Amino acid sequence: MSRLSLIIKREYLARVRKKSFIIATLLAPVGILVYMLVIVGLSSYQGNDELKIAVLDEANMIQQLPDAKGVRFIPAGARSLEQLKDEVSNHELSGILRIPQLGTFQKKNHTVFYYSDEKLAPEKSSLIEEKLAEKIRDFKIDSLHLSRTSLSMLDTDISIDPESISGQDTGESKYTAGVGLAVGGIMTFLMFFMVMLYGQMVMRSVMEEKTNRIVEVMMSSVRPFDLMMGKIIGTGAVGLTQMVAWVVLSLAVTFALPFILNIDPAQMQSMSSTPGMAQPEIGQDDALRIFAELGKQNWPLIIGSFIIFFLGGYFIYASMFAAIGSAMGDDMGEGQSLTLPATIPIILAFYIVSMAGWRNPDSGLMVFASLFPLFSPIVMPFRMAFNPPWWQVALSLVLVVGTAIFFVWMAGRIYRVGILLYGKKGSFKEISKWLFYKG
Amino acid sequence: MILSIQDVVKSYGNYQAVNHVSFDVPKGSVFGLLGPNGAGKTSLIRMITTITGPDSGAIYLDGEKLNDRSPEKIGYMPEERGLYKKMKVGEHMLYLAQLKGLTAAQARKAVDHWFTKFDIKDWSEKRVEELSKGMQQKIQFIATIIHSPRLLILDEPFTGLDPINTNLIKDEIRQLNEAGTSIIFSTHRMEQVEEMCDYIVLINQGRNVLQGEVQAIKSEYKQHLFRVEVQGEWPADLSDKFQIVRQDRSVATIQLTDDNQSNELLRQLMQKGLRIVHFEEILPTFNEIFIRTVQETPAP
Repeated sequence: MSRLSLIIKREYLARVRKKSFIIATLLAPVGILVYMLVIVGLSSYQGNDELKIAVLDEANMIQQLPDAKGVRFIPAGARSLEQLKDEVSNHELSGILRIPQLGTFQKKNHTVFYYSDEKLAPEKSSLIEEKLAEKIRDFKIDSLHLSRTSLSMLDTDISIDPESISGQDTGESKYTAGVGLAVGGIMTFLMFFMVMLYGQMVMRSVMEEKTNRIVEVMMSSVRPFDLMMGKIIGTGAVGLTQMVAWVVLSLAVTFALPFILNIDPAQMQSMSSTPGMAQPEIGQDDALRIFAELGKQNWPLIIGSFIIFFLGGYFIYASMFAAIGSAMGDDMGEGQSLTLPATIPIILAFYIVSMAGWRNPDSGLMVFASLFPLFSPIVMPFRMAFNPPWWQVALSLVLVVGTAIFFVWMAGRIYRVGILLYGKKGSFKEISKWLFYKG
Repeated sequence: MILSIQDVVKSYGNYQAVNHVSFDVPKGSVFGLLGPNGAGKTSLIRMITTITGPDSGAIYLDGEKLNDRSPEKIGYMPEERGLYKKMKVGEHMLYLAQLKGLTAAQARKAVDHWFTKFDIKDWSEKRVEELSKGMQQKIQFIATIIHSPRLLILDEPFTGLDPINTNLIKDEIRQLNEAGTSIIFSTHRMEQVEEMCDYIVLINQGRNVLQGEVQAIKSEYKQHLFRVEVQGEWPADLSDKFQIVRQDRSVATIQLTDDNQSNELLRQLMQKGLRIVHFEEILPTFNEIFIRTVQETPAP
């Protein structure tokens, strides 16, 4: 085995075998599962006591309020308010809802009264308000002799369908933007996450070697460039492993979830046969169109270029972090300022996407950011979902690859000097001098 | 010659760390590379171990100019040394051995050999951080020699070692040396230089200021001082030729103009009917030679 592959192997195994790595890799999807279960559990939690509320309808506006979550409504009938109050005191009722006369229909506000010595929970209160408002609306419609069918005709849903003027059918629909945002957003997030997490991991591990003093032992066997590259590649492979593991485990968890939540397998089958069922708030029609839109994306191009941007971005930032790690002193704390040149562009790129990208993925700022090589690995994958001009993609790719090579070369020059200087951290001025030291 | 340094220059920015240094390390010798802190020793060693390259001049290892394969013939234990703390001892040794060019099978065999020799086979599955400092030093030494290097470079090898481990490593160094390994030994401890080294070079301010065989240097630096002890009182009427540097009743340190006068001194003392109990030439210690030479180096 060559030295480089030996180093990559060690860097990879050293991390992958770590307990913290295994735990984080396995537990993240489980954690998400637990989180989902807790959310489901909490949202279906209704409290253990049911409220029994007598409804004293003084104007006879409503016949019967339908029972709702944790609330049972009982018509007061012939009982007076005083009689009802006694029943509340005897704990036969939880409270009394007195609905006074409405007066005029022009009135937009109406106050009803709730009698009880116990406080009405905000959730219950708004529930009752909502039910009452519906009933009073019905009462008004009936009193005014309005037709419900005519009323339902008043509402219209509007959607904008983009059409090209130049005659080319871009095939865009109102779903294009949404699907683009989702796909681009996921890719941007993955990039950001990988670069930040694993770039910094490279830096810490370089610093560790330096403070451990193993580095001089290593240097007498391998070239500094090999050691640095081995670290960058090995750590990157760890990142990819973790991402793949998370994707696989998340899918497994998603499929396992209905079983865990004890949903009838037959019901499951009917759910999976109708794709829209997974998201009940989206109609089946919408779901089909989203799938159609996803199918329309140029996946080979998106995935292919994403991989290049991903590798390019990772190498740019990981090599920066490696160089920074090599310039750090023994005191990790005092070197924090050195990391700024690497972290600021990443965060900036992420902000550009999240602030400006979703509003207009083709704005001047976005075009610039998707070409500028320190931003483009994070910004261009986002734009890819919106069919940017091909020359911009090509130019951006060339710039990223070129910059990655240049940064790796530069980092190698800084690294080989910095790694052997112990004690104080290097200043930016010193670091720039290291670039020009002879081998 | 196992190693030949020829007119080597190395500077970092404006700072000249090594300034036209030349010396040879004879095959099979124990060679002391001496010098005060900041003299340029580490810079030199880093060039020999191919960690850095010289700005000008050349370094030959076993007759060959240093190249990519040179590290396989060199074992280097730096003063600033360490191991990967989380790695298992056995794996760590295999890793370092393979980086030095051994195949996986060769590496396993070598690890097995040394672990058996040092009787530490049961450490193999332990993590480095679980070992005591002394144990780690032993492992570090094995890591240095695991690939049977032709040239062994040890920078302050005994710092942090207890006397037992120091002796253990010293014995090992001697055995390796007897088996033909050439050794470069860099240290500040001059008593160790006298004990272990055949040849030395003394570097100061980036230049070599003294080099040669240890015994030859010692006699070159001797000041013709003799310590004489007689029974009874020291005679008052000794010839003017013999200058008494120090005198304490029956013991005197005497300065001669040259070594040939030692017999003359003895004769005179005997003629005076004194019984001589002790007579020896005082050779300078390496400590004195070191300090004198360094202090006499003119500023650049």
